[in-house]
Amino acid sequence: MTLVYGEKQLPPAPIATASSDTIQTASWRTFRPVIDLTKCTKCNICWKFCPDDAIGFDDRGYPVIRLGYCKGCGICAEECNPEAIEMIQEP
Amino acid sequence: MAKLTIPEIELMHSGHSGCPGCGAALAMRYVLKALGPETIVSIPACCWTVIATPFPTTALEVPMMDNPIEATGASISGLRAAADAMGLTGQTIVGFAGDGGTVDIGLQALSGMLERRTNAIYVMYDNEGYMNTGVQRSGSTPEGAWTTTTPIEGTSRGKLEPKKDIMAIVAAHNPAYAATLNVAFPEDFVRKVAHAKGLVGARFFHILAPCPPGWKYSSERTIELGRLATDSNVFPLYEFEGGKYKINRKIGRPKAVREYIEGQGRYAHLKPDEVEELQKQVDERWHRLLALEALA
Amino acid sequence: MPKLVLSGNSAQSYAVKLARVQVVAAYPITPQTSIVEKIADFVSSGKLDAQYIKVESEHSALQASLSAAGLGARVYTATSSQGILLMHELLHWAAGARTPIIMGVANRGVAAPWTIETDHTDTIAQRDTGWIQYYAESNQEVLDTVLQAFRIAEDPSVRLPAMINEDAFFLTHTVEPVDVPEQELVDRFLPPRPDIGVLKIGRRNRLGSFCGPELYMEFRHQVARAMEAAKGVARDTEAEYARLTGRDHGGALPTYRTEDADAVLITMGTASTTARAVVDTMRADGRRVGFAKLRRFRPFPVDELRDLAASVDRIGVVDRSFTFGAMGAAATEVSAALYGSSHRPLVTDFVAGLGGRDLDPASVRSLFEVLLSASPPEVSWPGLKTGEEVTTHG
Repeated sequence: MTLVYGEKQLPPAPIATASSDTIQTASWRTFRPVIDLTKCTKCNICWKFCPDDAIGFDDRGYPVIRLGYCKGCGICAEECNPEAIEMIQEP
Repeated sequence: MAKLTIPEIELMHSGHSGCPGCGAALAMRYVLKALGPETIVSIPACCWTVIATPFPTTALEVPMMDNPIEATGASISGLRAAADAMGLTGQTIVGFAGDGGTVDIGLQALSGMLERRTNAIYVMYDNEGYMNTGVQRSGSTPEGAWTTTTPIEGTSRGKLEPKKDIMAIVAAHNPAYAATLNVAFPEDFVRKVAHAKGLVGARFFHILAPCPPGWKYSSERTIELGRLATDSNVFPLYEFEGGKYKINRKIGRPKAVREYIEGQGRYAHLKPDEVEELQKQVDERWHRLLALEALA
Repeated sequence: MPKLVLSGNSAQSYAVKLARVQVVAAYPITPQTSIVEKIADFVSSGKLDAQYIKVESEHSALQASLSAAGLGARVYTATSSQGILLMHELLHWAAGARTPIIMGVANRGVAAPWTIETDHTDTIAQRDTGWIQYYAESNQEVLDTVLQAFRIAEDPSVRLPAMINEDAFFLTHTVEPVDVPEQELVDRFLPPRPDIGVLKIGRRNRLGSFCGPELYMEFRHQVARAMEAAKGVARDTEAEYARLTGRDHGGALPTYRTEDADAVLITMGTASTTARAVVDTMRADGRRVGFAKLRRFRPFPVDELRDLAASVDRIGVVDRSFTFGAMGAAATEVSAALYGSSHRPLVTDFVAGLGGRDLDPASVRSLFEVLLSASPPEVSWPGLKTGEEVTTHG
């Protein structure tokens, strides 16, 4: 859905108030991270180093990639100590 | 799950326009984690102008004001004055500027803000060039680095001049607190920013923010390169408070500068003797820093 | 109301104090300095409860003002000449960001060569920026107009910054008795405006932002509409001020003895005082002349000008500045405003008084003579020393 804007819908000054998390940056990536939970030690390093805050946690404390945002930079895979994350090419 | 070593709160949204692996995005994420929601950020024209996404969206959960490239120091002076006049003394005022907008065109306004002892925090995220405009050299670009205006062609072998020592310039103003930060060391990062939050007066941070397109490396190495920068003494982690220097991280055996620069395409042209020269300069600067620390 | 003997600069400072300005950020430049010096006195003696930022340049002065106003403080700054030129990018910024900053400007010519004397180039050169502009004729008018400007600028349908301009030295440094309204009256006229801030605390919002071609024009149209709205708001504000103080400066284009005039001079700033006196002298001689004071340059008083021009055949516009490659800005805008009128008077541009060159009664009278002559030139620089006839001193 595209938001149609005209002068009538503008705020009284150039002020942006909507969150950028309405923007799905998934289309940026060529590779996506896949986490092998059997190797994951739940150390949180992947969450810590993600520049896009694209890693959350499930109710067991395992990291979950927020694939709507992940740009596939590969930092999480690179920094993961037990090498539990692999970067797989997008189809 | 292991205990989180940095605050869980997120005040920077996903969906921002930072490049994959952007050090500047991480810098903002950590700064806001440490400062919390009662923060107002003023940002000059720089990468973050664009990273914050276009109208009608914003990538920051806290209030943000844009300002022209040279004026961050003045903007935060104005925000502080207004906040104080309006009784909003609990707000932390932050300027979040790139290296070009600080050491080059922004130096006057920064100096003014520091000299007036403005009660605000000036954060300089350093990706070592005018990256938003396509990787032109700034005063903060290191010696020898390729940029579009310091090409490798003919007799031009990258930037001729050494990197401006912004921390020395800031220290000369006697700030309440100044420190270097590195996105590769988030715990140290967050600790120092939280410390600064509790202080009054002019505070300054110099953050190393590795940049995949500008430094020409594969995006997954942002943290690794950041780590190597500090562990080779290229970018030491230290604080300056009360006129005294304190180095936060000392390695028994520092990494060779060569290890830091190999794998960065902006240095690919350097010959072994040029790398040797860089190593010498890094060693000299490190020893100077040790001597400054010893003065305490 | 007490009368104080005040310079134009002091009149600015007293207005700032009465307006209960909260943030002042200013950098010294001749001949504005006594404005900010007096404000510094008021602040340090506790007469004005304001944050005073001693910025390190005019560019930083306007940036600090903009940021402070963006957050919601009532803000004032002052400058002149080179200082306002240095501020130029931020003038655009302030209007686009809808921050109602009030700025006093001592109209002084610009380099090169250096001059410290009066000239309107400095503020005329800002006419595209979206700032409301007033040119004051007297120190009383300075004080009154600064107070009016706060209220106009802060009006929710306007929210634009405004500058109140006074001629260097002629007003800034000469004194006259000025009625200074009581604080209680000003508090009624100009209450605090908690809603003037653009950026809101405690929530997600970004002032400034950036946008592409799909919406930039619409943002700029907002500024255009606000500037138009300022006309009506100014009229109502000045009427209210007149009701409270008994003083009415005649709106955007006050006229003097123009009803049956054969020729009308349009002047800005202190030249108006001289023009008024010359009109009286010439009228006493039976010459049918009048003058109009272009008191407000932005928004330009198109309607008032058309009304004036409907019954006048000759208009001489005195420009205390010049736009190289074209003609004086005031004459250009007068001509443009009247171009579509069914009755189009002759308009001639007198470029005069640049860099402090005095517009004495004799020279103003000669402007009327040229205006009334058979074929007045389209543009002239009267009194220019061509050097064709060399005169010696002494």
